[in-house]
Amino acid sequence: MASTLRINERSISVEAAADTPLLWVLRDELGLTGAKFGCGMGLCGACTVHVEGQPVRTCVTPLAAVQGKAITTIEGAGHDPIGRAVQAAWLALGVPQCGYCQAGQIMSAVALLRDTPQPTDADIDAAMAGNICRCGTYPRIRAAIHRAAQQLREAR
Amino acid sequence: MTQSSATELPGAVPASCDAAAEADQPPSVARRRVLKGALTAAGLVLCLRHSGRIALAGTQKYGAAGEPGGVVDNPLVFVAIHPDNTITVTVHRPEMGQGIRTSFALVVADELEAEWPQVRVEQAPADQARYGNQDTDGSRSMRHFFEPMRRVGAAARMMLESAAAARWGVPVSEVVAEHQQVWHHGSGRKLTYGELAVQAAREPVPEADRVRLKRPDQFRYIGKSSSRLIDGADIVAGRARYGIDTRLEGMLYAVVARPAVLGGKLAHYDAQAALAVPGVVRVVEIPSHPLPALSYPLGGVAVLARNTWAAIKGREALKIRWDEGPNGHFDSQRFETVLQQAARRPAKVVRNQGDAMATLRDAGRRIEAEYYLPFLAHASMEPPAATARIVDGHCEVWAPVQDPQGTRDLVTGLLGLNESDVTVHVTLLGGAFGRKSLADFAGEAAMLTKAMGGTPVKVTWTREDDIRHDYYQAVALEHLEAVAGPDGLPVAWLHRSASPTEDATFQAGAEGEDSSEYGMGMINIPFRIPNVRLEVPGVPAYTRIGWFRSVYNIAHGFAIQSFIDELAHAAGRDPLEYQLALIGAPRRIDPRRLSDEWNYGESPQRYPFDTGRLRAVIERAAREAGWGRSLGKGRGLGLAATYSFMSYAAAVIEVEVGAGGKIDIPRVDIAFDCGPQVNPDRVRAQLEGSCIMGLTLARYGEITFRDGRVQQSNFNDFPVLRLPESPQDIRIHLQPAGFEVPLGGVGEPGLPPIAPALANAIFAATGRRIRRLPLATQLADWRA
Repeated sequence: MASTLRINERSISVEAAADTPLLWVLRDELGLTGAKFGCGMGLCGACTVHVEGQPVRTCVTPLAAVQGKAITTIEGAGHDPIGRAVQAAWLALGVPQCGYCQAGQIMSAVALLRDTPQPTDADIDAAMAGNICRCGTYPRIRAAIHRAAQQLREAR
Repeated sequence: MTQSSATELPGAVPASCDAAAEADQPPSVARRRVLKGALTAAGLVLCLRHSGRIALAGTQKYGAAGEPGGVVDNPLVFVAIHPDNTITVTVHRPEMGQGIRTSFALVVADELEAEWPQVRVEQAPADQARYGNQDTDGSRSMRHFFEPMRRVGAAARMMLESAAAARWGVPVSEVVAEHQQVWHHGSGRKLTYGELAVQAAREPVPEADRVRLKRPDQFRYIGKSSSRLIDGADIVAGRARYGIDTRLEGMLYAVVARPAVLGGKLAHYDAQAALAVPGVVRVVEIPSHPLPALSYPLGGVAVLARNTWAAIKGREALKIRWDEGPNGHFDSQRFETVLQQAARRPAKVVRNQGDAMATLRDAGRRIEAEYYLPFLAHASMEPPAATARIVDGHCEVWAPVQDPQGTRDLVTGLLGLNESDVTVHVTLLGGAFGRKSLADFAGEAAMLTKAMGGTPVKVTWTREDDIRHDYYQAVALEHLEAVAGPDGLPVAWLHRSASPTEDATFQAGAEGEDSSEYGMGMINIPFRIPNVRLEVPGVPAYTRIGWFRSVYNIAHGFAIQSFIDELAHAAGRDPLEYQLALIGAPRRIDPRRLSDEWNYGESPQRYPFDTGRLRAVIERAAREAGWGRSLGKGRGLGLAATYSFMSYAAAVIEVEVGAGGKIDIPRVDIAFDCGPQVNPDRVRAQLEGSCIMGLTLARYGEITFRDGRVQQSNFNDFPVLRLPESPQDIRIHLQPAGFEVPLGGVGEPGLPPIAPALANAIFAATGRRIRRLPLATQLADWRA
């Protein structure tokens, strides 16, 4: 089945079965390998992208469900100020270890800051609970989200 | 194991096993034995006989020199300076999150007087003859290569100085390299490294003992935390490439149905429905290798498709009947009884001083406890994945592997090629923690590309594949007994550690921990106890046992540090004061006096057990944590300390246990002494990560077997710690040390004290003693 997707502000046509999870369309068909495979069941968040600004787990989101919707992947995260602030905070605090889960972490963090510009620790806990990091970068993720929030506040 | 068994694999050829070379190895080099086993079934037994168990006096080499490939410190191998004045440092050890690409590069850059923003990193392919040892385990990368990488940078700097002096016709003593330029004192002339690069590469490489190293007070990057993570910008932009991200022109995507029971074989399969799935191209049988498992593929049926999803759907449509082989009966619950019985009977004695048995028999105040730790899966966020192709008889592999040369040897053997016909490109590793030391998944990719006539094939493991076909952290039952003297300190100590050996993965029938395994935190207890007896029962393995971050230190550390806490409470003494009294005065102990012949492969003179350093981390962690402060009901502080991989670690955990056993960890203080820290920020990151991983295994980690099958499958039934459960505040306290102190390991030694510190904190909070892991729902009936 031919589908047209809007990914990172570009229109892209792909040929794939309608039930194919968006993750494999991104990775295998389009070469956008920033979204990662971690569990295939929506349990770990490594595959997180934004659909219409909301974080979704692409490993359990069929292609048919995102037709015509605006999709932002980690490759497009730097296109907006919140994404750039989160990436900068991640680098400033040296968040990544192996880095594999960090695309998903960043996409979840960006979605949080878009809805909640000054999140509390409880807000962060709630927004980030679905993203697993096996290296254990959680303390730095928490600190980096606060830092990004502060930078965005100061920039306003 | 017979030679004919090896021939069942396509093209597997026996290779010679150099027994003489093996004899130079330190005893029990289990963690490096893989490649020999993978090379040849016939040679394996011979190699084991020579390297596995026998300590050979006189010829022993320590540290990096004792590892296959040893050390290479030739700057021409590791440094390239380009005409545009950028610099490429080749990093030969795989990156799995420990930060080695950044840390090696900054060491070279510092001695080279390079400007950090101009430095790039290139990952070396598998080639131990060219680069020296690449097997990234045992917390050895910086410990073994700090000095060689310094020499690499310094030698390159001297070659640039020589080239400039020659260009100017002045004595080399009049020039100096600084900030990526060489200056001439007298004239003020200067040349950039880029301008000197070609000429410098022709200068003779200075001998290792002629290389002028910087004084530590001249370091610009070493010991500082200012250097950016070399892959950081790529990671946060989604550009970093892991093994699973490999894409080649015309590549097929494979998933494999493997026997659920170790040693199982394909009896019959029907691929018709699988082949009918749109996108599926071929179904290929992978032969099973007879046990022992080694790093060979497990065998099974591969589905190759145009994309990963089609391959997954195709696999679901396979109809397979398996012969389960000898392990179909394995039940981990019943096996606990086997371990228990083994741990309650006299067994092989590995350390004996005084007469512990007589003291235990006669004494009144005997204290006994048993601790149980289950199998664990690594569950790195990137599941195993590898890509391979064959072009004109040359096989190329792209894989996230900790042991590049072992992977190369495996593929060489499986495909019946010469080593020169196999290239292994090492990608970034999306976590590894020991799993990716054994590259069965890369073997699968190689066998599949061969079956497809060289077409590129990427094998992706699903999470279920990863959880069910791991090389597991060994289950353990630790039996301890002690007799307390009048002051409450033990006068006798008996410890039996019943745990399958990782050797069984390489040698059929191997039973019980070997000297490197009981060498991890069991044999070398430095306590002032007159009567000590340590025993290791032989217990079998029914699954693939592997290496999990800090390995046998986890079980030994949990048992010993929990038991000491129990003894302290039984004596009515403060656990901090008690443990310090047990350790006694600061002294440097030759590990051989503790019957520890292994010492992580390090020289006993260079790396004695320094109880002063152990005391110091304990005192520091306790002081920083405010040990002794009063906490409310349901809250407590727990202390544990371990020495592993040449580093000393102590943790104090503050816990609050709420109704229903809800665990809250407001704060963790970790004091750590690894000698000097080359990249302190990455040391802190490793300790933070060790803390989280230690809490995961303490609270949740458990793999169980029934009918030979792993019962867990994904993060729903093998949970790992999530951000809301992470401690609110992890404080890392690094002990200062000068660069004259030999380096200790960093990646693993932070892990062992975490679980016992939590269990001891829970006891302080609730009076409940946790003697088995994971904690899971053991406190569900607790009322706050």
